[in-house]
Amino acid sequence: MRGLPVSEIMQKHAIFQSKLLPYALVAPQLAIVLIFFYWPALQAVIQSFLLQDAFGLSTSFVWFENYLELFKEPAYFAAIVRTFVFSFAIALSSLSFALLLAVMADKPLRGSMLYRTLLIWPYAVAPPVVGVLWVFMLHPSLGVLSRGLRGMGIDWNPLLNGDQAALLIILAAAWKQISYNFLFFLAGLQSIPKSVIEAAAIDGARPMRRFWTVIFPLLSPTIFFLLVVNIVYAFFDTFGIIDTMTRGGPGKATETLVYKVYTDGLLGGNLGSSAAQSVILMAIVIILTAIQFRFVERKVTY
Amino acid sequence: MVEEEGFQRYLAHVILWIGIAIVAFPVYLALVASTQDNAVIANGQMSLLPGGHFLETYYQTLFVGTSGSTREPVLNMMLNSLIMALLIAIGKIAISIISAYAIVYFRFPFRMGIFWIIFITLMLPVEVRIYPTYKIVADLHLLDSYAGLSLPLIASATATLLFRQFFMTVPDELLEASRIDGAGPFRFFWDTLLPLSRTNMAALFVILFILGWNQYLWPLLITTRDDMQTIQVGIRKMITTTDALTEWPVVMATALLAMLPPVFVVVVMQKLFVRGLVETEK
Repeated sequence: MRGLPVSEIMQKHAIFQSKLLPYALVAPQLAIVLIFFYWPALQAVIQSFLLQDAFGLSTSFVWFENYLELFKEPAYFAAIVRTFVFSFAIALSSLSFALLLAVMADKPLRGSMLYRTLLIWPYAVAPPVVGVLWVFMLHPSLGVLSRGLRGMGIDWNPLLNGDQAALLIILAAAWKQISYNFLFFLAGLQSIPKSVIEAAAIDGARPMRRFWTVIFPLLSPTIFFLLVVNIVYAFFDTFGIIDTMTRGGPGKATETLVYKVYTDGLLGGNLGSSAAQSVILMAIVIILTAIQFRFVERKVTY
Repeated sequence: MVEEEGFQRYLAHVILWIGIAIVAFPVYLALVASTQDNAVIANGQMSLLPGGHFLETYYQTLFVGTSGSTREPVLNMMLNSLIMALLIAIGKIAISIISAYAIVYFRFPFRMGIFWIIFITLMLPVEVRIYPTYKIVADLHLLDSYAGLSLPLIASATATLLFRQFFMTVPDELLEASRIDGAGPFRFFWDTLLPLSRTNMAALFVILFILGWNQYLWPLLITTRDDMQTIQVGIRKMITTTDALTEWPVVMATALLAMLPPVFVVVVMQKLFVRGLVETEK
């Protein structure tokens, strides 16, 4: 695992001498990064401080007005809250189920490699495909599971009911993330020295108690790491799931921040507001990445 | 070893199989649906057992496409996805490994600055810069092209970090030895460093191929022509808003075809996949 790059003092002693070659070597990546990453990001930041008149004839510098307008807009505030609710719901459901599976798969069972194989492949399923699979399974009129739900007397219609649509998105997104979480939990569990668990067993701790008092605390760095990764996933990678399942609807019941940037941009209209939304997302990524790296550093010294 | 009582062991097997069933059920359903008649599915009368339309559906899907929304053979979409995935995976590895080589094996002004410039792109995923990036790609006349699909995604902070990390662990003696043999920077890179990096490159390739194949938002924005569609974008267009027109067997067959290559890679190259995942994500 890696810590922050600056924290490494290690340097090569044997190096090549050349004035131009190193620049030529970094040039391709630098060009792409500047043209397709920094330039657009900078554009977004500049744009977010500008206001265009209704005819697009003149623009003026308006400081933070676009941001203030955005936060005054109830739909934006609702999207923020919704995105956080989705993130935590997705992260918690996926993490807890994956942890349960990983604890089981960590036991010395026959066929444990087969279990691993059968549980990790959904990682490779693309979000829009996940959306298609789930929308089909729980489609109000033709979904196989919907039949069962109606049989139980539930009025299941995610095309009309916003809460049900949200639940559908959360379940589908959590489903996809199980395999990822499972893999990292399994790796985390396998890195706990068996002697520690044996010691607890000798002390007479039952399996459940062993899990909560010994294994779970030792696993906390993995849990925290996965929590951040899952939140990032829920923020950004759910776009494809939402776009194929609900397209943000019904109403705006499944519109997350990323989805809102996308739809607002498609509609055209207010460039400044759209840019401000992008900048806010950037800030969120920066915060989440910073948290992740701080944690990774701590884990190294753990 | 902590011995597990018989019941605990039994319980573990049961829970794992339940997990596998939950994970596999939606895909099983897709497989079953792709072999049935659309009218039966649309009536909500779908059977949970495979039907007899397997060959017919897959032939139509691969070579014809849906009869309504987009008449684009899925085979063509898969080809587009494959080209994009390969360009992204190989492109990222190629430009990252040479950047890392420069940063580790040379001393030059702005070395660390350049490193940080690459590193910070971690915080600029395509979702936060979609429209400005779209504008640049449009200005460069790269819409509806493979270059447009891949170039803006090709920078990789993680791959650069990974190679940098790996090069740091390569003993200095190797460089000194090859220098004594009269090797310059190109020879050393090609004859010594590349062969040593093979496993890392393979692990990274597995992850980046999946990542590339599964791209969605970016291709959705910059492809307008049907024949440039990737499979992930194509499948979305197959689900029409008026449900009655959706050809579910074809959609489900497309879903399965869309997951086939990346799932195959995960299952067959499991060791490399796990290694790549753990190394790139942490």
